Amino acid sequence: MTQNNRLTSGGRINRNRTVNFRFNGKPYKGFEGDTLASALIANGVSVTARSFKYHRPRGIVGQGVEEPASLVELEGSDASGNCPITTVKIHEGLGAKSVNCWPSPEFDLGGINQLFTKFLPAGFYYKTFKWPNWHMFEPSIRRAAGLAGAPAMPPAEGHFEARHAHAEVLIAGAGPAGLMAALIAGRSGKRVFLADEGTEAGGSLLSRNLTIDGLPAMRWVADTVAELTAMENVTHIQNATVWAYREHNLMIVNERQPNGKSVLERSWRVRADQVICATGAIERAMVFTNNDRPGSMMASAVQSYVNRYAALPGKKAVIFTNNNSAYAVAADMAAAGISIEAIVDSRKNVPSDVTGLVTGMKVLKGHVVTAAKGHKRVKSVVVSSISGNGSQTIKCDLIAQSGGWNPAVHLFSQSRGTLKFDEDIASFVPDVPAQPTLSVGAANGEMTLAQALSSGAEAGAQVSGGASTETPKTNDAPYAIEPLWRVEAKGPKGKAFLDIQNDVSVDDVHLALREGYTNVEHVKRYTTGGMGIDQGKTGNINIIGTVALQKGVDLQDVGTTTFRSPYTPVSFGAIGGLREESVLFPYRHTPITEWNHANGAFMYEAGARWRRPGYFPRKGESFQETVNREASTVREKVGVYDGSPLGTFELKGRDVGKFLDFIYTNVMSNLKPGNGRYGLMLSEDGLILDDGVTFRLDENRWMVSTSTGHADAMNMHMEELLQTEFPDWEVMITTVTSQWNNATICGPKARDVMEALGTDIDLSPENFKFMSLRDGTVGGIPARVVRVSFTGELSFEVNVAPRHMRELWQKVMEAGAQFGIEAIGSEANHVLRVEKGFLSLGHEVDGTADAYDLNMGWVMSKKKPDYLGKRSVALRRSSGKTRRELVGLLPEDPNRAIPEGAPLTPGGRKEATEGLTTACVWSVVQNRWVGLALLENGHARHGEIAHVRLKDGTIPAKITAPVFHDPAGELLRS
Amino acid sequence: MLRITCPYCGSRNESEFLFGGPVGTERPDPNTTSDADWIEYLTVKPNPLGPVQERWWHARGCGEWLTIWRDTRTHDIVEAPNDTE
Ligand SMILES: [Zn+2]
Repeated sequence: MTQNNRLTSGGRINRNRTVNFRFNGKPYKGFEGDTLASALIANGVSVTARSFKYHRPRGIVGQGVEEPASLVELEGSDASGNCPITTVKIHEGLGAKSVNCWPSPEFDLGGINQLFTKFLPAGFYYKTFKWPNWHMFEPSIRRAAGLAGAPAMPPAEGHFEARHAHAEVLIAGAGPAGLMAALIAGRSGKRVFLADEGTEAGGSLLSRNLTIDGLPAMRWVADTVAELTAMENVTHIQNATVWAYREHNLMIVNERQPNGKSVLERSWRVRADQVICATGAIERAMVFTNNDRPGSMMASAVQSYVNRYAALPGKKAVIFTNNNSAYAVAADMAAAGISIEAIVDSRKNVPSDVTGLVTGMKVLKGHVVTAAKGHKRVKSVVVSSISGNGSQTIKCDLIAQSGGWNPAVHLFSQSRGTLKFDEDIASFVPDVPAQPTLSVGAANGEMTLAQALSSGAEAGAQVSGGASTETPKTNDAPYAIEPLWRVEAKGPKGKAFLDIQNDVSVDDVHLALREGYTNVEHVKRYTTGGMGIDQGKTGNINIIGTVALQKGVDLQDVGTTTFRSPYTPVSFGAIGGLREESVLFPYRHTPITEWNHANGAFMYEAGARWRRPGYFPRKGESFQETVNREASTVREKVGVYDGSPLGTFELKGRDVGKFLDFIYTNVMSNLKPGNGRYGLMLSEDGLILDDGVTFRLDENRWMVSTSTGHADAMNMHMEELLQTEFPDWEVMITTVTSQWNNATICGPKARDVMEALGTDIDLSPENFKFMSLRDGTVGGIPARVVRVSFTGELSFEVNVAPRHMRELWQKVMEAGAQFGIEAIGSEANHVLRVEKGFLSLGHEVDGTADAYDLNMGWVMSKKKPDYLGKRSVALRRSSGKTRRELVGLLPEDPNRAIPEGAPLTPGGRKEATEGLTTACVWSVVQNRWVGLALLENGHARHGEIAHVRLKDGTIPAKITAPVFHDPAGELLRS
Repeated sequence: MLRITCPYCGSRNESEFLFGGPVGTERPDPNTTSDADWIEYLTVKPNPLGPVQERWWHARGCGEWLTIWRDTRTHDIVEAPNDTE
């Protein structure tokens, strides 16, 4: 194909650089500087999309981020979904395809929905998903609806990045108002950050034929940009959309391809003292029957294609307007060779300062377009007087429509500034700001170039504390409008769209109002009007106008829906920046990570990003064989694991005992130095926060251990209490998790290993009891040895400074070799703790169970008058409701494993559950599968049979006490 | 993202802090208060349209728990209202 619709001269494209690209599988040529939209228009492609709900053929409607109709999915290394066709720059090798259509927009099977439109009214989803059973409809809805898919692969080249910046003045938009403001503020020496979403600065001036001080306006733009570039205090970026206005003037800016291909997108977070919104205005559509047909475009877009891209969107055009701006468009179109068949203006009186621009053209004042005809392309329009008389048909292949201009108040509104309806321009403008922000130019409802320049200069002066200077002379016509929210004159039947992207028509809004959804926010949700990725930039105000007309109230009283970020779609990559996977949240390692790797450990992430060995497989072993071997080693001989990640805190001060008594359910303050106690911490609402062992080191020093994953939360919890509730208590908390590493030696031969290591600590059971602690040396290394047990076996936790950990580990392996010592992973640890019925947070402690349910009523002190959670546990239990209680499960078939998490139901029937399996392991001491479960009234049901309900069957299991090994606890005390 | 002034570290980004929630009523004596009052204390948190007193923890800073007044309409950090001590 050749570029048949390209003008032979003009435009801001580089005709020396031809660019080859593909669209929906076909090859095309464009020029450097083209967007995908302008290149396709130059190639005469008219159907570029299918609509979301009805799969109607759609073309290009706009020229920038406001594009409502044509979304594309980029292919290959550019893979990205749902890009407005007007914002995609073409480059050599670009591949793009339309979304919403299969197999192609020309022949779309989903178009069959058009035949069923009466079954797809507003609120369709709400109604369908209620009755009779939405699953009936789901498969076909999913096939027919939906936008582009997410890219399957990360970008082939380049990366995303983030930057932070501070500015005295941030200016959003480098059109005439923004440039002028930047110039004045920059000259005063202010640190200015100017960001604009376009490929080049100029805003509307890029597309309009205007002069400033008698010269082409783009000359002024070039001079201004050059002056700004020379200023060291000014940062000016293009291709950069300010998409969010956050609290305290934090602005988020998405800059696309700042360094060619090496940086895909850069996300800026700019904190500004002062913000100037120079975001311009967006033209709104006219609402008439079949206003969505390909060839029906925004007048400003047509002007942009003709002037900026030298591409002709049609040959014979009808202009449909209610305001002055379309007259200059008509003049530019005629100059480019488009035949203007008629200018249809809904106003009976059109100011002479604009009719002068279109001398010789047919102007139908007080007339409206009631309908477009044609299917894949506009063939003609039906025009009548505004009262509905004198219908006539005018042949054309292009409709350039202008329903007026909406100030782009999105950022201002995101900042929580309020809006007011301005009758003069028939749209909403900024009213009361909520943050230090100024709106200038068209974004403030000042619609002419002269106003844009002077309000930009004024704002620039205001933020720099200077006086406004004289602004240059301009030549554009004044702006005037008479609103027309929708064409009411009767014409041919068909849909008149308010939101082209989401296929929301006037009828849908009327239906929503009839069904009682009268608040504009409800209208939005019920019809989905304005909920597309364009967020209704061309259509929302017409929806508000349509609601106002129907309810007989003013637009001010209808109000707008809430503007939310992002202003335009932002890729997840840009939001994440470099913070992906391990960079986002780095892993934590202990000093023996390398040893683990060298010894074939399969590594897990075990809470709080700690990397821990899951198991140490040997050649030829199955997973289960490995776990069984490691668990048996501990039960029969001796094992060792690295317990360093356990959260550890040292608490110091006069009032630690009192404090611990408040945060633990049991009494800690009466511990003797050198001794420890297991404890449970509750939140104030009585749920279990954490468990762990606390040791008293001396009169005023204590060591508190928490579970690995909760260490950070426990730190926050303790600090909050101390700083906000008990500021006069003398307690200092130091996190010492990383100051201590440990090798935990466990198993019947643990004492032998300790002796072989050599220690000055008396290891005899009489002098070094379970739950006590000794300082000394082990293998010549200064160590603190703690007798706790998480496995149910005799254990010595040998704590040393991290710099000694590798040496200790090596010595333990050497000294233990003669006793058959092996390193064990977290899988075997899980087996060992389940066999003993020890609790695990996240398994048995699931946020509903209390200490009594878990057979630990003994830990709830009766003596203490108060501690965190006491009242709430008592209150909850006083209700007498049935509790789920911890029990053991023995599957009747000892070789049948129960999936962890599987529900228990009464009699195994498919009905409400009465509990769940919290853990199930192959017990090396029982030689069978054993499980733990939380079961309703479980304590009273030992000996009964419970039924695990699976999708396709049940597993009967005997209910037992939750302990399968050494119930009296003699081994761990030995 | 707010800017929050820490008495030790000065004006810092919200990302350095963890939110500690609105400051509710004082903890009643759990041994004398009624069930209803205890439940109210646990579950009803201030959520005004306007200034609210709330706690923030300077977790990635000095570790200070601080109390500020924030206007929920504007996110402005404001002085304590006159009718509070
Ligand atoms: Zn601080």
